Amino acid sequence: MFSGFDFDVIARSAPYLFKEGMTFTLTLTAMAMTGGIFFGTLLAMMRLSSFKWLNVPAAAYVNLMRSVPLVLVIFWFYFLVPYIGAWIIGAKEPVRVGAFMSSVITFMMFEAAYYAEIMRAGIQSVPRGQVWAGYALGLNYWQTMAQIVLPQAFRNMLPVLLTQTIILFQDTSLVYVLSITDFLGAAAKIAQRDGRLIEMYLFVAVVYFIISFSLSYGVKHLQQRIAIIR
Amino acid sequence: MNYNWNWGIFWQPAPDGSGVYFGWLVSGIEWTLLTALLAWVIALALGAAIGTLRTTPAKWVVRLGDAYVEIFRNVPLLVQMFLWYFVLPELLPKGLGDAMKQMTPPWASFWPAVLCLGFYTSARVAEQVRAGIQALPRGQRMAGTALGLTQPQAYRYVLLPQAFRIILPPLTSEFMNIIKNSSVALTIGLVELTARARAMQEFTFQVFEAFTAATIIYILVTLIVVFAMRWVEKKVAVPGLISAGGAPMAGH
Amino acid sequence: MPMIEFKNVSKWYANFQVLTNCTTRVEKGEVIVVCGPSGSGKSTLIKCVNGLEPFQQGEIFVNSQSVGAKETDLNRLRSMIGMVFQSFELFPHMKVADNVNLGQVKVLGRSVEEAMAKSMSLLKRVGLEAHAHKFPGQLSGGQQQRVAIARALAMDPIAMLFDEPTSALDPEMINEVLDVMVELAHEGMTMMVVTHEMGFARKVANRVIFMDRGEIVEDAKKEDFFGKPRSERAVQFLSKILHH
Repeated sequence: MFSGFDFDVIARSAPYLFKEGMTFTLTLTAMAMTGGIFFGTLLAMMRLSSFKWLNVPAAAYVNLMRSVPLVLVIFWFYFLVPYIGAWIIGAKEPVRVGAFMSSVITFMMFEAAYYAEIMRAGIQSVPRGQVWAGYALGLNYWQTMAQIVLPQAFRNMLPVLLTQTIILFQDTSLVYVLSITDFLGAAAKIAQRDGRLIEMYLFVAVVYFIISFSLSYGVKHLQQRIAIIR
Repeated sequence: MNYNWNWGIFWQPAPDGSGVYFGWLVSGIEWTLLTALLAWVIALALGAAIGTLRTTPAKWVVRLGDAYVEIFRNVPLLVQMFLWYFVLPELLPKGLGDAMKQMTPPWASFWPAVLCLGFYTSARVAEQVRAGIQALPRGQRMAGTALGLTQPQAYRYVLLPQAFRIILPPLTSEFMNIIKNSSVALTIGLVELTARARAMQEFTFQVFEAFTAATIIYILVTLIVVFAMRWVEKKVAVPGLISAGGAPMAGH
Repeated sequence: MPMIEFKNVSKWYANFQVLTNCTTRVEKGEVIVVCGPSGSGKSTLIKCVNGLEPFQQGEIFVNSQSVGAKETDLNRLRSMIGMVFQSFELFPHMKVADNVNLGQVKVLGRSVEEAMAKSMSLLKRVGLEAHAHKFPGQLSGGQQQRVAIARALAMDPIAMLFDEPTSALDPEMINEVLDVMVELAHEGMTMMVVTHEMGFARKVANRVIFMDRGEIVEDAKKEDFFGKPRSERAVQFLSKILHH
């Protein structure tokens, strides 16, 4: 079954795959995670607020992002960002935004919706009695949030936020639809150039597996260490 | 701004002579739903089986089940799609492999997509089923045994009926995920909804009309699924049995 | 001037009325036990005293300050009233000593050293100074509730509210908590206690209030309540819970 396979191609292309492809994947993941958590926090706070003009748009945004495939969102932002850029700087022609920039914005804004939900659920998972106990002592809203609710919510949500980041890491492979050279894209290029589809795709699968599996193992470990005993 | 809006584009004839562009989108959503439903059948059957096996006392069965879940969870869906489409035909015995390679489009893309989505989602369903069974009070299993039920009977009559009710909400999410994930199959040539919207954009340059239509269709499908599942939940609800939810969960 | 005063208090959750025209008072140093069947509104009643539950009609005064008035500084008022919850509600992410320190430092503005000294003396009083550096999850239910009492006392409250303090405890731990409460009563603390523990009521209560379906049905001195309850419902209730 495995005769005629040239696993040497992996060794030869590894530098390219990792230096070009994997760095792109990791950079995109890191930027999307940072931006996603930042905007996700804003969205979560908007959703938890009692002002309708804040929580309705936030809810609409989150629900929209969760109803639509990521591939479609990638296409949307690819075409939409140049127009929005033009509108922001007042230009007449759509701004030329590269595929990289558009994918960074896409993943940030897409993941923000998922991070927001995780944070909202985390905050709401703190029992209401804790809030009452804080108020009963005379703490005000901000003190109760800062001293009692958020420390507990954060411990609950941290493992899930990290798991979402691992999912984000895997999802970045979808930039393939814009012909961007991430780790998978780089492997696909070599595969097509050298006719070595099986070797390259199997290799990509194995590398993703090793990285994702190790990271989720780490998250599980972390979860056990920071869990709050109730 | 320099964009020519033309919402009438949907009623203009498509270049392949099959009718109007709107027809393209309709055909797209048909393929999306067909792929999703078939894959869901596979995912439910396999996932329920594996999830159940992971809660049995047999340690090596549990470990095999865990390995199965880990494999499908840690490789991106797109990579799995490529493996099913490009790599599997080469690894199968000559007869089967050739048969696969000789399938004509759209079936050449359809079957790998269905299998890929089915197996990928089955791992997630297995996780939900396992979690649902383990969320039941430990006494339930013991009560079943105390009555004299065999293990399969205990699962069939006591554990699984309760577990499925508990996991209906997360299962609904998984079903919606399969519908969304079907879009990944456009990379192997499946002409589902997103592919059709992209094609329409490439032919007509009416980018926003095409993608807005696709977005609205996905939202409508999502809403229908949500309402249908709520109806199902109400029908099978047992007073006092609360379903999963509340704790933060990651996913797509 | 009574310490706590209710005047025609009524409360609705949407269309459902949970409190109907409740009028009563608690004098300084009095111990009032509030009892009644589930759903009678007794927990809701005492949660209205420190504004944890809003009410739509009537007035509540604590030390002559109106709880419902807009001008009242509710946070300050709450810091003067101690509350102990059925589910203890200690802050699980903080050590026991920090639980007792938090209100003192953040609300009363005491220094950390001052607060710690007071916390340790209160923990000693409830018999738990050895556990000061543990987390709540490491303590038993009875121990957690005693810490909760210390946490409330650390604020030097003028009155204490107890919402079914022993209902969530295993039987062998109920007494250790009741003993602390009895001692508090003997020291002259104004207390309003929602409970089923009639032994406690007989020992230290001055008055007993019986509630049913949102109304105060009986409000009598302890001897009168146990000796000759006036309402049919109170008689039924007592007969059910006193034959354990």
